[in-house]
Amino acid sequence: FSRCAAQQRHSVTATVSKMAGADGDDSLYPIAVLIDELRNEDVQLRLNSIKKLSTIALALGVERTRTELLPFLTDTIYDEDEVLLALAEQLGNFTMLVGGPEYVHCLLPPLESLATVEETVVRDKAVESLRKISQEHSPVDLEVHFEPLVKRLASGDWFTSRTSACGLFSVCYPRVSSTVKAEIRQHFRTLCSDDTPMVRRAAASKLGEFAKVLELDYVKSDIISLFTALASDEQDSVRLLAVEACVSIATLLPQEDLETLVMPTLRQAAEDKSWRVRYMVADKFSELQKAVGPEITKNDLVPAFQNLLKDCEAEVRAAAANKVKEFCENLPEDNREQIIMTHILPCVKELVSDTNQHVKSALASVIMGLSTILGKDNTIEHLLPLFLAQLKDECPEVRLNIISNLDCVNEVIGIRQLSQSLLPAIVELAEDAKWRVRLAIIEYMPLLAGQLGVEFFDEKLNTLCMAWLIDHVYAIREAATCNLMKLVEKFGAEWAQNTIVPKVLGMANDPNYLHRMTTLFCINALSEACGQEITTKQMLPVVLKMSNDQVANVRFNVAKSLQKIGPVLDSNALQTEVKPVLEKLATDTDMDVKYFAQEAISVLALA
Amino acid sequence: METTKLPPSSPSSPTTSFSVPSAEKVDGFPRRSMRRARQRRSHSSSQFRYQSSQVELTPLPLLKDAPVAELHDLFCKKLQQCCVLFDFLDCVADLKGKEIKRAALNELVESVATSRGVLIEPLYPEAIKMISVNIFRTLPPSENPEFDPEEDEPTLEASWPHLQLVYEFFLRFLESPDFQPSMAKRYVDQKFVLQLLELFDSEDPREREYLKTILHRVYGKLLGLRAYIRKQINNIFLRFIYETEHFNGVAELLEILGSIINGFALPLKAEHKQFLVRVLIPLHTAKSLSIFHAQLAYCVVQFMEKDATVTEYIIRGLLKYWPKTCTQKEVMFLGEIEEILDVIEPSQFIRVQEPLFKQIAACISSPHFQVAERALYFWNNEYILSLIEENCQVILPLVFATLYRVSKEHWNQTIVSLIYNVLKTFMEMNSKLFDDLTASYKVEKQKELKRERERAELWRGLEEHQERRMQMLTEAARNHKRVYSRLASPRWQLFVKRRQLCDPRSKPYLLSDLSV
Repeated sequence: FSRCAAQQRHSVTATVSKMAGADGDDSLYPIAVLIDELRNEDVQLRLNSIKKLSTIALALGVERTRTELLPFLTDTIYDEDEVLLALAEQLGNFTMLVGGPEYVHCLLPPLESLATVEETVVRDKAVESLRKISQEHSPVDLEVHFEPLVKRLASGDWFTSRTSACGLFSVCYPRVSSTVKAEIRQHFRTLCSDDTPMVRRAAASKLGEFAKVLELDYVKSDIISLFTALASDEQDSVRLLAVEACVSIATLLPQEDLETLVMPTLRQAAEDKSWRVRYMVADKFSELQKAVGPEITKNDLVPAFQNLLKDCEAEVRAAAANKVKEFCENLPEDNREQIIMTHILPCVKELVSDTNQHVKSALASVIMGLSTILGKDNTIEHLLPLFLAQLKDECPEVRLNIISNLDCVNEVIGIRQLSQSLLPAIVELAEDAKWRVRLAIIEYMPLLAGQLGVEFFDEKLNTLCMAWLIDHVYAIREAATCNLMKLVEKFGAEWAQNTIVPKVLGMANDPNYLHRMTTLFCINALSEACGQEITTKQMLPVVLKMSNDQVANVRFNVAKSLQKIGPVLDSNALQTEVKPVLEKLATDTDMDVKYFAQEAISVLALA
Repeated sequence: METTKLPPSSPSSPTTSFSVPSAEKVDGFPRRSMRRARQRRSHSSSQFRYQSSQVELTPLPLLKDAPVAELHDLFCKKLQQCCVLFDFLDCVADLKGKEIKRAALNELVESVATSRGVLIEPLYPEAIKMISVNIFRTLPPSENPEFDPEEDEPTLEASWPHLQLVYEFFLRFLESPDFQPSMAKRYVDQKFVLQLLELFDSEDPREREYLKTILHRVYGKLLGLRAYIRKQINNIFLRFIYETEHFNGVAELLEILGSIINGFALPLKAEHKQFLVRVLIPLHTAKSLSIFHAQLAYCVVQFMEKDATVTEYIIRGLLKYWPKTCTQKEVMFLGEIEEILDVIEPSQFIRVQEPLFKQIAACISSPHFQVAERALYFWNNEYILSLIEENCQVILPLVFATLYRVSKEHWNQTIVSLIYNVLKTFMEMNSKLFDDLTASYKVEKQKELKRERERAELWRGLEEHQERRMQMLTEAARNHKRVYSRLASPRWQLFVKRRQLCDPRSKPYLLSDLSV
């Protein structure tokens, strides 16, 4: 059995080595020619060549790629950043082209140089490729080739190489011997207290990732001290990155250690003098909450969250307001309601009348979610007044955010409770001076219609939907057309026939040709949903009549409409009614009308 | 020994942010700011944040009425009084207290500026503490997240009525004839300077103006801090270039650096050259270059005037970062190149002429007429013209084809006539060479086309070749996988285990042995 496997192994190697010799056509492509391409004066051509580097490598074969191409690439790393970026990316996928994992370390020298260049995107890409190929190194190669590279980068003169090193520790740590591990830890420690803030930022941003691959004892002994130091760095840009690491570190530690090892730093971060750090805490609040568990959440995070909701900087309040629902949802269930009612809700109430509109709109996008958590009675008593206040807010974004989340409330208390206030809010948004606001409310119409029911809709909203059809902005008319289609899908063809079709068809006689065209657009959208009967009996005659319109734009839209509704009609109507009209349009004086008429004839196969 | 030239005492800037933004000069189209209704000037402050209990201030006796023996004590009390911060966002809050503090600050400013012998040692820590408490704060988030210094009105610091006086006091303090650097250095330390530098990010141009003058004084008087200040400015710039692309005070810091560079000793230290190559030149890549380009170009030219050997680094650096899509920046680059060429040494010119004139030729063929025009203006500069004439043999062949082609193709008549002038100049310079190039123009074109075809042919061949190879490789990979999956099968693993049990000396089989 073993011999059999060995044989198999041999045959694979043979195939590959045969390929490396590759039927002798290597000589077809002298490396000089290919390298000339990589050196072309025109950057665009150089870039194209680099992007096809794998083609070049394949032409050269694995051996010459290793011995000729890679040294060339390593030596000539002075180029446009764009070319370098493409090169860094290519090299990450080069393992097979240099002869497989056995030779993957050949790729390290060029990537090492790329990891030291100034431009961040190039460096990041080089690090990404290095991380990728590190997985293809055998444990031995990792220690012999890869780890020394990381060490060189970590002790480089210029900050760029040290920054790059930060991203490489965690990929090699798990697979090297304990002596090398100790060295790696030492290097990381050094970089965390580097002289330049750029390197400290890089180290801080990789702290969480590195902690995850370390043994728990070292997390406690090494990582915590680094974390504490970075979290009290003199630069706020470093401190805020430590907050991110805090999530990973807290997840790794057993509950009983959190209080002593993590919480002092986290508490300090939540009250940092820089709003950027507090913002970060607010932004990561749900993750932090999960990482520290229910007990600490109750004792520490609830007051911290209250403070963030009351922060003096609007940015922080908005970030915290965004987390209100998630935070409440993840509170321990046993006294969730009590915590929300006594601690969180008072802050939320204040945010409803915040001075900053971003804060209010952040809150409006999540506040409706609280109703499912608090249940019917609390919602009616405490939340409803807030919803109503926000529905009357001066900022349209706030009102829109409330309206777009109506479904959450609907499940708990039914939308009727709100409908009295809802209507004025919708009407006002529907007539807002900004067309984007009008557009946004149109998009919620089908949702609203579904929840408010057909009666309420007919009574209150139908006029709005029809008014949008004659809006002076095309995008609104277009959206209104699409809205009608969705409404018909919801309420059915019969409803359409009674309420909207007559109105739509009435517009065919409007003196404004844009409104007449809207009739056609509506017919295009509605014919399918309304079915053959309505389309043939009511819509088709109107369309056919419009073929005599004096405006060419209307006439060619008639041709387009006929093409669109043709499939809904029966063949009799097509032959006897549609065909003559299209034939007439095909002889129109206007070339566009002719064109679309002919197109319709051929699509509908009426020729 | 390094020296610095200090600017005049009252803060004044060559480019105030209220002048016409250069963008508007470049093209005549109405810009975003014109279409958008002018926002009301907004105020913001992060000063009044962390004071929980408000202290009631009571007016102290005037300094000028104080008996000499009590003067210092009173001065000190006033400094302490000025450590109280007020809420300026609420403009009617505690008006009395604000007025008392304002009066006290005014008195302090006046006293430091006019009377001698006030600044005695015990006052230093108190004065620096008062300054720190007032000016050091985390700058508030910008009200407009897409704040564009060229287009938008800056958010002004609400507490400026007090803040200005504090800055004024600090400035007078530093400029006082009684000021003793040896005493000050204990309080104006690295941490202090770092916080001072962070304030340069303030959106309020008035604040940055004060900071500029103050930092200049600190640099001039506290020699021990110089290297540290330079290093921290480097860090700010590097962060600006490679991380955030946002920092409001770049122009001000560059202005200070302009005079620092002026004072560099010769030969230039490696540190300073590194600053040029790795910080100043990459600063040209910034999106907001137009805001600080004048100051940056000044710094670059200062370096050249100090030491001509850096010329090549500079020119090659600029060529490396030459704008690809932003014509407005391209015009700025051309302006800077002209400033550089104005002072270039002929021996240095020869070293860079080839790549440089390739770029200039590319600019001449730009469809944007302002770029082409700016490049062609070089031929109106007498010194540059003399350099071109001296090296006509090299330069003319580099630009000839472009000039010839663009003279026939460009849409803009001004450009066409400018090119005719340039061609005429060349004809007069070296008519023989000019005639040769005209004669060979068509042949060169043909050769170019042929090379083009050969390239296409080469790549087509390579791609066909690649397809064949890829097929073979996938086949091999499939074989490989077959073996691999057999090794992973439970039966094989059982076998390996058994074998190890029988013969403990045998090496375990590793899947990695199979690496192909």
